[in-house]
Amino acid sequence: MEKKYWQSFGELNNSDAYQKSSKNEFKEELPFDAEKGLLDAKTPRRDFLKYLGFTTAAAAVAASCEVPVKKAIPFANQPEEIVPGVANYYATTYVQEGDVISVVAKVRDGRPIKLEGNELSPITKGGTSARVQASVLDLYDGARLRFPTIDGKETNFDTIDKVISEELASAGNIVILSSTINSPSSLDVIQKFLAKYPGSKHITYDAVSNSGILLANETSFGKKVIPSYRFDKAKTIVSIGADFLATWISPVEYANQYAHGRKINDANPEMSKHIHFESVASLTGSNADVRYLHRPSQTGAIVTALLSAVKGESINGISDAKLKEGIEKTAKALTEKKGEALVVCGSNDVNIQIIINAINEILLANGKTIDWNSINYSRKGIDTEFAQLVDDMNAGTVGALLVIDANPVYTWYDNEKLKTGLDKVKVKISFGSKADETTQKCKYVIPNHHFLESWGDAEAKSGCYSFMQPTIYPLFKTRQWQDSLLKWGGASTDYLAHLKSFWGAKLTGSNSWDKALQDGVHNTASDILGTSVYNATSLAAAIANVQPAKTGIELQFYQKIAIGAGQGAANPWLQEMPDPVTRATWDNYLVVSPAMAKTLLKIDLSKNAQSDKYEVHPDKKVVAIKINGKLIELPALIIPGTHPETVGIAVGYGRDKKLGKTVINDVTDTSIGVNVYPFAQYVNGTVSYDISNIELKLTDKTYPVALTQTHNLYNTPHGNRTEILKELTLGEYKENTKVILEEREKELAAYGGLDNFREEGSIYKPFDKPGIKWGMSIDLNACNGCGACLIACNAENNVSVVGKPEVLRFHDMHWLRIDRYYSGDADNPNVVFQPMLCQHCDNAPCENVCPVAATNHSSEGLNQMTYNRCIGTRYCANNCPYKVRRFNWADYTGSDSFPNNQDELNNAVHYMNEDLTRMVLNPDVTVRSRGVIEKCSFCVQRLQDGKLKAKKEGRPLKTGQNDEWDLKVACQQSCPTDGIIFGNVNDAESSISKARRDSNRLFYSLEFLHVLPNVNYLAKVRNTDEQA
Amino acid sequence: MIIRQIAKTILLSTIILLSASYSNKATAQEGKTIFNTYCAACHKMDKDLTGPALMGVEERWGNDREKLVAWVKNSANLIAAGDKHATDIFNKWNKLPMAPFETVLKDAEINAVLDYIKDWKPEVPIVDNNANQTSSDKNSLLLGIITLALALAALILLFVKRSLKKLSNEALDVTPVKAIPVWKNKSYIALAAILLFVVGGYFTTTSAIELGRNKGYEPIQPIFYSHKVHAGVNQINCLYCHGGAEKGKHANIPSVNVCMNCHKSITEYSGEQLYNIDGEKVDGTAEIKKLHEYAGFDINNANAWNPNDAKSIEWVQIHSLPDHVYFNHSQHVVVGKVECQTCHGEINKMDEVKQFTDLSMGWCVNCHRETKVQFKENGFYSIYEKYHNELKNGKLDSTKGITVEKIGGTECQKCHY
Repeated sequence: MEKKYWQSFGELNNSDAYQKSSKNEFKEELPFDAEKGLLDAKTPRRDFLKYLGFTTAAAAVAASCEVPVKKAIPFANQPEEIVPGVANYYATTYVQEGDVISVVAKVRDGRPIKLEGNELSPITKGGTSARVQASVLDLYDGARLRFPTIDGKETNFDTIDKVISEELASAGNIVILSSTINSPSSLDVIQKFLAKYPGSKHITYDAVSNSGILLANETSFGKKVIPSYRFDKAKTIVSIGADFLATWISPVEYANQYAHGRKINDANPEMSKHIHFESVASLTGSNADVRYLHRPSQTGAIVTALLSAVKGESINGISDAKLKEGIEKTAKALTEKKGEALVVCGSNDVNIQIIINAINEILLANGKTIDWNSINYSRKGIDTEFAQLVDDMNAGTVGALLVIDANPVYTWYDNEKLKTGLDKVKVKISFGSKADETTQKCKYVIPNHHFLESWGDAEAKSGCYSFMQPTIYPLFKTRQWQDSLLKWGGASTDYLAHLKSFWGAKLTGSNSWDKALQDGVHNTASDILGTSVYNATSLAAAIANVQPAKTGIELQFYQKIAIGAGQGAANPWLQEMPDPVTRATWDNYLVVSPAMAKTLLKIDLSKNAQSDKYEVHPDKKVVAIKINGKLIELPALIIPGTHPETVGIAVGYGRDKKLGKTVINDVTDTSIGVNVYPFAQYVNGTVSYDISNIELKLTDKTYPVALTQTHNLYNTPHGNRTEILKELTLGEYKENTKVILEEREKELAAYGGLDNFREEGSIYKPFDKPGIKWGMSIDLNACNGCGACLIACNAENNVSVVGKPEVLRFHDMHWLRIDRYYSGDADNPNVVFQPMLCQHCDNAPCENVCPVAATNHSSEGLNQMTYNRCIGTRYCANNCPYKVRRFNWADYTGSDSFPNNQDELNNAVHYMNEDLTRMVLNPDVTVRSRGVIEKCSFCVQRLQDGKLKAKKEGRPLKTGQNDEWDLKVACQQSCPTDGIIFGNVNDAESSISKARRDSNRLFYSLEFLHVLPNVNYLAKVRNTDEQA
Repeated sequence: MIIRQIAKTILLSTIILLSASYSNKATAQEGKTIFNTYCAACHKMDKDLTGPALMGVEERWGNDREKLVAWVKNSANLIAAGDKHATDIFNKWNKLPMAPFETVLKDAEINAVLDYIKDWKPEVPIVDNNANQTSSDKNSLLLGIITLALALAALILLFVKRSLKKLSNEALDVTPVKAIPVWKNKSYIALAAILLFVVGGYFTTTSAIELGRNKGYEPIQPIFYSHKVHAGVNQINCLYCHGGAEKGKHANIPSVNVCMNCHKSITEYSGEQLYNIDGEKVDGTAEIKKLHEYAGFDINNANAWNPNDAKSIEWVQIHSLPDHVYFNHSQHVVVGKVECQTCHGEINKMDEVKQFTDLSMGWCVNCHRETKVQFKENGFYSIYEKYHNELKNGKLDSTKGITVEKIGGTECQKCHY
């Protein structure tokens, strides 16, 4: 039997609802009511005539109106470097709570509108994440604080400086509380400030800390640091609960390295093997070759067992046979690749991390796959230090607290104690840019600049510096916190002068300050991997102190890739991005396994009627969760790949309403989701997000969750989707690299075979593409589903946010979606992520059915969409086999003249339409109005711009020849794994031509339809022993 | 040494010879340029200005070219020499001497100007359209008369027929069926309705198409800025002020500091009298003062001026494309090498700018259909191998060349995205 892929359980069961919905493009019935007479209908004939008369009259009035006088106002004194209408690009750095990504900001007429990865960065190599892409929208967030305040009242900088200077002088012990700061010059500013006030200190606090690793490394290696993990050097990667492709330490860097080891070619069919142990389905786990499920409390037992196994000893303490076998297999895979193996663990337990260090030492990882020459400065927070601070505050020994970019009132587990402690601190100063939970507790607030308004530097890894420069004049009366500290510390210079003098001496000759600022990066690190001396003395104690596995249902808190620790909660782009694992938008929910669904929710997904009921209706059953006597209620989602006895809840929700309209559910006027941080536990000096002793109880309530999983369904005649995506195991591929090619040959044999398919598959002659022919190649082995491309596409193409109620009605607008497919074991399936966008078919079915030729084909192979011609019949969307066309059901962009077209939309949409937020719009892309279809345009504005650049220079277009690019499309540029290649197919030297020529894994989705897509995929190769 | 000297001499003499031959070759066309540069400030062809109208000047001087040239070179000499015509002119123009051009213009150049003056004819207003209009009007009048005559004849015939019928009815003693009057006759009503629909529809459609189009739009601007004076008379390159046309999508209206580059020193207008759209006189110097006000510039304290004190001038936008149209100036100016005048009309002859074309999609597309791209000159097009081969082997007409349309220039997403 052929392998079957499924997106939904209905599809797995081939239920009635699935069959019905896969045939229909639109889920809603059209409001025709034929049974009633015309006069009784909602819009009877007479009304129709009235409307007709009104519109004719309105048109006549409009026609007789004079054309409005428009003004063209030039600069009074035009700056030399600005040409209106031409974008400038400035290298700068995204910095958020320790995360550092070098970016290039595209600035149009003084407004940053898009961030691109900085390709000069040795860490990210031009990659970004969804959160980086979305951060430009935060700049225009209407909920940002606009001026300094004392007790919530507006004041000016002079007054607040004077008052604070006096307060600090008599405050006593001063504590600077910050999230991880890895800016050398800022740390210098802090040192200077601390020197001015004796007895003051700086405490680093991470929302989700990595104290466990830091402390374990101090024990094992004598260094309280995080080394650089080199996933690109590892042939066997084992992760125990570390979601390193999404949220763990430095995911963009790791994703790039990971893809390096996963990309495979016909000449050298080798790739890394990734084994993952986890409790709640994660993005990284979904990408693994093999995934084993375990209870969160079993982590200690697993690492201990793994240590024994790699030592060659027998395994104790694991009762689950499957898991035990898994550990043995894992140990074998690891020991086979000594020196090329890497084990990482997401646990915050020091003992567990000490054991991980021991395993890596045995595997000779230090100096080979773990680089101790290069220290990762993304996370420095130690939980005990902060716990001590909370105690100090409660004891009344803290005189003043300065909070920089940290929000412990929201994220600290014991926030009640923290709040009482804060009340005892005399002087509380926050530099928060929004009125977050901690800032609200502070008397003095001096809002910080957004990073796009700031000067600065960052050292994400030792020797890898990244610089930050303002790309826009500050929008509000805000100030960088460094300026404040310098001022209060008595320095006469401002931060910019400080920054320049700090770097002045270090940057000389060709590496001048100007050059560093222009490049955005400055690299002094060497490529040689360093090792570290391992000390095993505390290992035995660690093994003895590992927490034993518990019984009963357990709960794990996790971070979503878009929301993170809560930083993305107020960003509508991130909230509307379907989570790659659950495909849910706008909400917080309880993740349960299919097995638990049977007992807890009374839903047996293998039964047709039950799976349909669960999937067709957005209303999900609400579960009451009792933790430590406290009760919370959340809707439950069934996600395979989750341990049967474990449930998961994402952190980052239940934000304060002052963070903006995005965090508010406007039906109930309460914050979306529940803040679960207060339920975390403090165990042995570190915060643990694994909770046991919980009780789950099904309530009779329901709550709608906007899942996009069952949107845009499409199917193939055989019902197993192998014509949509192709996958093979490494074994098959090694045996015959042409497996996919032969499969395609077989599929197309009836239509003239591969060679003649294009001509013989149709009675029409193919059209000429004389100059350029655009094409895209997506490597499914590189794609990990992170969603950076999706947000990049949103930002580049003015894709509208529609809000939860509209997503619930299947009205989501994303031009690019990432389809999630399951195969194999329904409880712990293999997962494939497939980015799906307009395939720009050369024989496009949508084009033939448009009655007004609003969508047609260009001589460059683009499937063009002309909004002004579109009359909204939606025939095209109905006829699209890939379901990638989007219809503007309402006026999402506020571009219509009729306000009624926005009546039903929720706050998030109105928020996006505020004048301030609209500054993020790309002026080169039309903002679509109600009633038209839209879809991926292959970033045609970039194509035109790139062509123009080449034409002006009078030379052929460059799309990847010698790695020279005139243009990159937004999704391609943002991809951290370089999984998307785009270019001119007619040019034999372009990257896309090479990619297509060199890989036998190439396939086209639904190729047999003879729609002739211009997007090809490279089949996913899974490094497993079993046959697929 | 000697060789070098000889070489030097040869080189020098060649240069002199060449320049001499060049100067001798001054043509009427150059005469026009010289006239515009040196004479136009005081003279007009058909109207007295600071100096007399120049049309027919040679006849007035008795066709004595030499004397006329001498006058131009230095009129004072001629007056001093007691030439009668010269003295007459001098007196007639209130003893205002003409500036001497001895050191400025060569004889050949003065002759070129005189040739130009000789050949000059008053511009005939372009009446092509009107002429067509009148002829078509005449035609329709004629047609109208014929139609009317025929209609009259038909009516008479109808009456005749009716009378005959009446007579025959009476003769045969048949009671006539009462005729339905025309206004109640359903076929006539239907016919009239259809006619009304077609004619009304035609006019509605044509005027609807014109909606939002502004051909000929010439709004009053905050400053009477004359392109004719700047780009025409003074020959300032368009790109000096509209530099964006080379760089990006907008040609850009210059900022005040660009205006002030020149108008810091040019504070008075001394050219030909300017008239606004209503035919009223415009004081050029007063308009420059307006600019100075925007710039915050004090003529008496020129050095103290700071460009940052300027206020933006709120010009009224004339050429405006809808938001869903992407138009890039640099694409057309740099790559396509299209003259500004192609789309903006003879801007160097306009005082206040007037929209020359309707900027409609049909107008854009027509141009794209007809205009050739720089197919051989621009290396970008080397990728169109097929067309290059077809041009070589004659499959494509090389005189027609490769038009913008041929490389996809009329496709939707070339301008709409």
